[in-house]
Amino acid sequence: MKKDQNLKKLLFYTISSAIAVVMVMPFIWSLLTSIKPDAEIFKIPLQWLPSTITFDHYIEAFESVPFGRYLFNSFYLAIMGVLFNLLFGSMSGYAFAKLKFKGRNVIFAVLLAAMMIPGVVVMIPQYIVLNNMPLMGGNDILGQGGHGLLNNFWAVILPGAAGSFAVFFMRQFFLTLPDEYMESARIDGCSEFRIYWNLYLPLTKPALATLGIFTFQAGWNSFLWPLIVLNDRSLYTVQIGLQAFTFDKQTAYGPMMAATVVIILPVIAIFMYLQKYFIEGANFSGIKS
Amino acid sequence: MKLSNIGRAQESTLSLGSASKKSGFNRYQSRAAYFLIAPTLILFVIFMVIPIGMAIFLSFTNYDIISTMSWVGLDNFKRLMDDAILWQTFRNVGLLTLFYVPLMIIISLLLAVLVTQPFRGVTLFRLAFYMPTVTSAVAASIVWLWMLNSEYGIVNQLLKYVGITGPAWLSESGPAMASVIAVTLWLGVGGNMIIYMAGIKGIPAQLYEAARIDGASAFKQLIHITFPMLRPTTLLVSTMTIIGALQIFDQAYVLTQGGPANSTKTIVYHIYTTGFEQLQMGFASAQALVLTLTILIFTAINFKINQSKD
Repeated sequence: MKKDQNLKKLLFYTISSAIAVVMVMPFIWSLLTSIKPDAEIFKIPLQWLPSTITFDHYIEAFESVPFGRYLFNSFYLAIMGVLFNLLFGSMSGYAFAKLKFKGRNVIFAVLLAAMMIPGVVVMIPQYIVLNNMPLMGGNDILGQGGHGLLNNFWAVILPGAAGSFAVFFMRQFFLTLPDEYMESARIDGCSEFRIYWNLYLPLTKPALATLGIFTFQAGWNSFLWPLIVLNDRSLYTVQIGLQAFTFDKQTAYGPMMAATVVIILPVIAIFMYLQKYFIEGANFSGIKS
Repeated sequence: MKLSNIGRAQESTLSLGSASKKSGFNRYQSRAAYFLIAPTLILFVIFMVIPIGMAIFLSFTNYDIISTMSWVGLDNFKRLMDDAILWQTFRNVGLLTLFYVPLMIIISLLLAVLVTQPFRGVTLFRLAFYMPTVTSAVAASIVWLWMLNSEYGIVNQLLKYVGITGPAWLSESGPAMASVIAVTLWLGVGGNMIIYMAGIKGIPAQLYEAARIDGASAFKQLIHITFPMLRPTTLLVSTMTIIGALQIFDQAYVLTQGGPANSTKTIVYHIYTTGFEQLQMGFASAQALVLTLTILIFTAINFKINQSKD
C-alpha cells in the first residue's frame, strides 16, 4: 500500500513537471531571448543563458514603435471597459435579482440568449452602426457624411460596455444576498437607488473584483475588434502594435520578444497577485450552465 | 357556514387591500428597475438587436460603404457557392475542430485530475497550467513564432538533441495547422481545467471508495466514475470549445497569416478580409450568416450527442 502510494506520487510529480515545463517554457524563453545579445539568440546549438544581460532590445523596441503610447491606450480601454461593466452590470444585475417588474424574466432570457450568438455575425453591422452614429464624428442627424464613432475609443468601449456576462454574473451574486436589508430600508423610506448603491453594492465587492479582473484581462487581450475600428496609429492598442511591429520586423526576434514580455507582464503580474479571483471567475463560467 | 363565509369575505378584502397596496408599491419598484436596466438595454438594442437585423438584411445587398447600396436578392448566396477560399477555410476549420475539440477535452480533464490530487505543491502546478490562459493570443502566437522557427527555434533545436529533424513548422501546411492547434490548446486548457476541477470536486467521494473496495484501478475509476459524472461539465466545455474553434482568428492571423497557401486561413479571417479589406460588406455578411448557421447546427448536434448518452 505504502509502495503503491509512493509510485503514485512519483508518477504525479513526473507528469505534472513535464506539463508545467511546456506551459511555462514560452514565458521563460521569451524573457531569456529578450535579454540576450543577438549573437546568442541565433546560435546553434542553442545557448540557454545569456553570457551578459542586455536591455538593448527593449530600447530598440520602444524607440522604433511608440509602445508607451500603446500601453496607455490599452490600459485606458481596459479600465473603461471594467468601469462600465461593473456599473451597468451591477445595476441591471441588481434589478434582475432583487426588484419585481413587468417583463423581467423575458428581458433577462433575451439577454442570456444573446450570449449564444457568435460575435462574428454582428461584427460588420456594429461597424456600420458606429460609422453612422448620428451627430458624431462629422455625421449629420441621419448619421451621414462623417465617420461616426470609428477611429475613436468609444468604438471599442461602447459595444462592450454592458456585456450580458457582466449582467448575469452580478445577478447570480445579488441572488445570494438576503432580501431583509431591502425590506427594512424601504420601511425607513430609503430610495430604491440608494438601497442598491449604499446597501447592496458594497456587499458585492468580491464579485466586483472577480468581474473586474476578467473584464480587464479580456479588454487588454482583445485584438480583432480594435483592429477593425481603430485605424489611426496613435490609437493602436498594444496587441495591434505588437502585431504590426512583428510584421515589420520579421526576424528581429530580440526586440520582438522584448515587446512581447512588456505586454504580457502586466497581466501576469495582476494574475500572480490576484490569482484567487481569476480562479473564481473561471469557475463561474462553469457554473453558468 | 355563515361564519366561514364572512371569514372568507374578510380574507378576500384583506388580500385585495394588500394586492392594491402591493401594485402601488410595485409601480415604484418597477420604475427604479427600468431606470437601472436602461443603460444595458439601450446598448443592447443599439449594438445587438439592430445589428442582428442588419446582418440578415445586409446579406441581401451589395453594401460596400462607398457606392450606393442596392438589393441583390440571393446573389450573395449564389456567389458563396463559387467562393473557393470560403470552402477551403471551412475545410481548414473543420480539420482544426476535429483535432482541437477532443484534445482540449482530454487534456483539460487530465490536468484537472492531476491538480485535484492530494499532493504537496499541487497549487503551484495549478498556477503553472493556468498561466497561459491569461496571455493574449497575439502575444502567445508571437512567442511561439519564435519558438517554432525552423532553424533557431527552441523546438527544433531540442528535437535535434534526440536526433529528429523538425519540419519548417509554419511554412508547411500540415505542421502549420498542427502549430495553430497546439498554440490554441496551450492558450485554452488552463481555463477548462478550472471548470473541470469544480466538476470533480462535486463528485461524491463514496463512489471512489466503493470502486476501490471492488478493486478498480485508478484508470478504471477515471473511465467509469470521473468521466461519466462529469458529463454536464463536458457538455459545457465542448460547446464553448466548438463555438470558439469555429471562430478562431488571432492565432491564424499572427502565427501563419493564413498560410502557407491559405492552408491555415480560418473562416473569420476570410470574412475579415472580404468585409474590411475588400469592403464587400454585403457579401461578407452572407458569409458570416453561413458561419453562424454552422455554429448553431454544431452546437445543436453537440447537445444531442451529449444528451443521448444518458
